Amino acid sequence: MLLRSRLAQWLRGTHRERFYALKQVSFQLEEGDSLAVIGPNGAGKSTLLGLVAGLTEPDEGHITVRGRTAALLELGSGFHHDLTGRENVYLNASLLGLTRKRTVEIFDQIVSFSGIGDFIGEPIRTYSTGMVMRLAFSVAVHMDPEILIIDEVLAVGDAAFQAKCFEKVLDFRKRGKTLLCVSHASGMVQQLCDRAIWLDHGQLIMSGNVNEVTEAYAGWPSIEA
Amino acid sequence: MWTGDYPFLLSNLIQKDFKIRYRNMSLGVFWSLLNPLVMMAVLTFVFTHVFPNARIPHFAAFVLCGLVPYNFFVMAWASGTTSLIDNANLIKRVSVPREVIPLAAVLANAMHGSIQAGLLLVITLLSSIPPNRYWLWLPYVWGMQIVFACGLSLITSAVNVYIRDMRYVVESTNTVLFWLVPVFYSFSFIKPEYRNIYLYNPLAAQIMVLRDILLDQTAPNISTLLKLTYCSIAMLLAGWAVFRLLKQRFYDYL
Repeated sequence: MLLRSRLAQWLRGTHRERFYALKQVSFQLEEGDSLAVIGPNGAGKSTLLGLVAGLTEPDEGHITVRGRTAALLELGSGFHHDLTGRENVYLNASLLGLTRKRTVEIFDQIVSFSGIGDFIGEPIRTYSTGMVMRLAFSVAVHMDPEILIIDEVLAVGDAAFQAKCFEKVLDFRKRGKTLLCVSHASGMVQQLCDRAIWLDHGQLIMSGNVNEVTEAYAGWPSIEA
Repeated sequence: MWTGDYPFLLSNLIQKDFKIRYRNMSLGVFWSLLNPLVMMAVLTFVFTHVFPNARIPHFAAFVLCGLVPYNFFVMAWASGTTSLIDNANLIKRVSVPREVIPLAAVLANAMHGSIQAGLLLVITLLSSIPPNRYWLWLPYVWGMQIVFACGLSLITSAVNVYIRDMRYVVESTNTVLFWLVPVFYSFSFIKPEYRNIYLYNPLAAQIMVLRDILLDQTAPNISTLLKLTYCSIAMLLAGWAVFRLLKQRFYDYL
């Protein structure tokens, strides 16, 4: 809030009603579980993921996360268009928390997964949007975390690359890792996750088996309509 | 929780700043040298030909002793202050430790500052002033200046998230500072009653110590050095404390 509006409010002695992005939402995930968060725009899905990823603290309540997390909330955060693909991979890897040693080790894997090839030495402003996204996804997915948090980022690149990303996440699940994701594509969600919670306006509407929740959500008369 | 590699992250952020600043410039790093050289030439012209100033020998080297620390401080503080806003997308999407962002901004400017410090040494030698053993103090003085800028930037960058007017406060202060620190005049011109204000200003203190060492070839004044050290470390501690407190709500305000 701006300083002057804050001052004005204080002088008038009024307070705006508090807005809660999330209210009374509780859930627990065991190791190897996978949970999808579904709901309309503005439901608080991204806020929830941000909280779990440790980007911010809740005003009330607790969040406990045990294990190394990697959050793919937005692909290419921290990418700079004047840096080359290689430089961006290093920068992004360090931002996501990889060590220098590890980054050097897996650099070739990252590049080959992304399919960027020789363009890796070019500034990414010369890349197509799809290529940038592929490179960003490739760095993030090679983090090898214990808990993976994904916000709507699986729909990147062309169909072939999407299939590759999907395979990668599925493989991650098979290795007994924990997944928390947000997606509007219910087909994908049903394949990737066992459980789901449905949020609307920050409230928990329903929690349970992924198929039941997505069906209930699909049958819900849309609020925007 | 972010459990990554701090040195790796810092070096990548500093390199990024360095590369994007110069990559598309034909003259590259020479821009770091050109600005102080031009300023030095202009100020030297003004104060030796417009307002002739017989009291200060080696005026070019003298004024550069002021300009180099001043340039570093102004650039580091200004870019440190806006660094969190400039990297809002990072703060909101990656759980990278927040302190690193303003620190990297200051340290990147310290790299440019080091290039300019090299220029200062070259100009000193060209003014036929020989090196002396007190030069060994230079890295320490330079380090304290960086510590001070880090502390101050931690505070103003965090405040700038909540009160965006902060950057204009910083920019205006920087303009005024050019006249308030002894860039183009000597500390010896200052009346005794104002001297303490200068001594407790790390930027002014650094300029004075630099001139003692480089131009007068004398040992730096120990009490000035101590004040520089106290103020810089106190600023860093204060910066750390303020930043810790304010960073909790960055996500909501960015």
